[in-house]
Amino acid sequence: MLKRKEGWRLPRFFSLYVMSGICFIAIILFNYVPLAGWSIAFFRYRPGLSFAQMEFVGFFYFLQVFRLPTVWNALRNTLVMAGLGLATSWLPMVFAILLNEIRSTKYKRFIQTTTTLPNFISWVLVYAIFFAMFASRDGMVNNVLRSLGLPIVNPLANRGPGQWVFQWFVGTWKGLGWSMIIYLASIAGIDQEQYEAASIDGAGRFAKMRYITLPNLAITYFTLLIISIGWILASGFDQYFMFSNPMTRERLMVLDLFIYEQGIVRHNFAFATAVGMIRTVIGLTLLTGANLFSKKIRGTSIF
Amino acid sequence: MTQIRTKGDRAFSITAGLFFFLFMLICTIPFYYLVIVSISDAAEVQRGNVVWRPVGFTLDYYRQILTRPGIANAFFISTARTVVGTLFTVFFSAMFAYTMTQYKMKFRKFMYRMTVGTMYVSAGLIPWFLVMRAYNLNNSFWLYVLPGAISAWNVILIKTYMESIPPSMEESALIDGAGYFKIFYRIMMPLSIPILATVAIFSAVGQWNSWQDNFFLVSDPALKTIQLFLMEILLEAEALAVMMRTGLGTAEFARARVMTSFTVQVTMAVIVVIPIMMVYPFMQRYFVKGIMIGAVKG
Repeated sequence: MLKRKEGWRLPRFFSLYVMSGICFIAIILFNYVPLAGWSIAFFRYRPGLSFAQMEFVGFFYFLQVFRLPTVWNALRNTLVMAGLGLATSWLPMVFAILLNEIRSTKYKRFIQTTTTLPNFISWVLVYAIFFAMFASRDGMVNNVLRSLGLPIVNPLANRGPGQWVFQWFVGTWKGLGWSMIIYLASIAGIDQEQYEAASIDGAGRFAKMRYITLPNLAITYFTLLIISIGWILASGFDQYFMFSNPMTRERLMVLDLFIYEQGIVRHNFAFATAVGMIRTVIGLTLLTGANLFSKKIRGTSIF
Repeated sequence: MTQIRTKGDRAFSITAGLFFFLFMLICTIPFYYLVIVSISDAAEVQRGNVVWRPVGFTLDYYRQILTRPGIANAFFISTARTVVGTLFTVFFSAMFAYTMTQYKMKFRKFMYRMTVGTMYVSAGLIPWFLVMRAYNLNNSFWLYVLPGAISAWNVILIKTYMESIPPSMEESALIDGAGYFKIFYRIMMPLSIPILATVAIFSAVGQWNSWQDNFFLVSDPALKTIQLFLMEILLEAEALAVMMRTGLGTAEFARARVMTSFTVQVTMAVIVVIPIMMVYPFMQRYFVKGIMIGAVKG
């Protein structure tokens, strides 16, 4: 049987090369070719022309990035949102520890199921929901406030810094239940003997939470923290696009939205690409830096 | 675990229970409100009478929405991209992941590293936009399906799972003269169903929720997704509200339009969220599996 195989078959692994090749080409086409598209940031880009026909401008657009005041506004908004996120990054962990203290498995599962739901709806729907809750005329929250004789709220049109807090709340509403899951899974993986040993030593509930559960979750927490540091400048597009309107625009113009407006709306492709490049490079640097720092301080790293 | 329950312990349990009950309400009440507004009389909604239960039951807004031109097509497009996109993602990610478990293959390490690398560096919106246009994928259904077919995340997930399958299964088939594709298709795919189901669920939800590709690159109304349809209804009402504030058009007309719009918007949102709600109970068991394998590797 083996002999026949050697005689006439295609080269060894031929079919494997075909199978992996098709997929790898797709990866190149959809991930690495766009990366090569970074080169347009160095040219006065005109659609339809080849690079030879376009004027090479070097770092012109990169220098422009730092001169434009609107970039600094976008950077400020991005950093504020990331800062709020980082400052509350411990929330899912603490929520998970608390939820784990509830004895009834059924109740726990019920809470998990219901609080995870918002993670699975699109940002368009999230906006629809917050609109339905906070619309000044018919929103549920305002209906309740009115019926109690209280002044109504209108966070959807808030020009002030409160808009950032509102957006933080929206993001947390969507993601908190989901973020809890990874910690709950980690808690489930903690060796039960540790708890039993602690019980024998007379440790109470809070002592166990503090000295067993929390330290066991630290690795997960710091890993996720390092990753989120790498994502500081990538606040995402959807949320800010959906919630921005003439009133909230100034506070919600994050870098991703800025890139969209400059590039796709105003056809300022080269400039927008330069902003995107700077963003990605800073993100990678932060990720590597945070990782090195964690390696030094805690002796753990993610890569 | 046996534990001595003190009074403080008990109080703590109750407090925690109540705390999470509140959290649960915050997450679910908005959905409930959407539903009751969608089946209430818009006039009652406008008077502020609809808070906890529907008033003046009517399904008229569903009729209004479902007879809008284009909605049936948008529903079809979203369903089509969900089905086709998920099939593509599962099949090609699994096939690539399988080849990545064949350590004897040349260039395997190179290809795998390049794949993982895509998680750290992404080109960003503008180059992606221009390149997709250069591929002529704008105004094409394939834009919804092809770019996301193979993602590093899914490949890692499936590869990790396949590596845990005993190699003897594969080896015996190889000795029997089966080709690699046949082994993948007949043996490895069926054995990987648990992880493929996880990938499929996440991919399907992602496809259903996706609208950015449509928004950026597809202007053909025949290819409009349901999410974009909803977005346009949401923003259209906002434009009307601005119109009313700025006094363009008669105020009476604008008020009438905005008033019904709120209900129409909400009803539309309910229609878009229903499919998610329907698959949601089945998704539960795949959550933790997906997130844990991802965490170990990532």
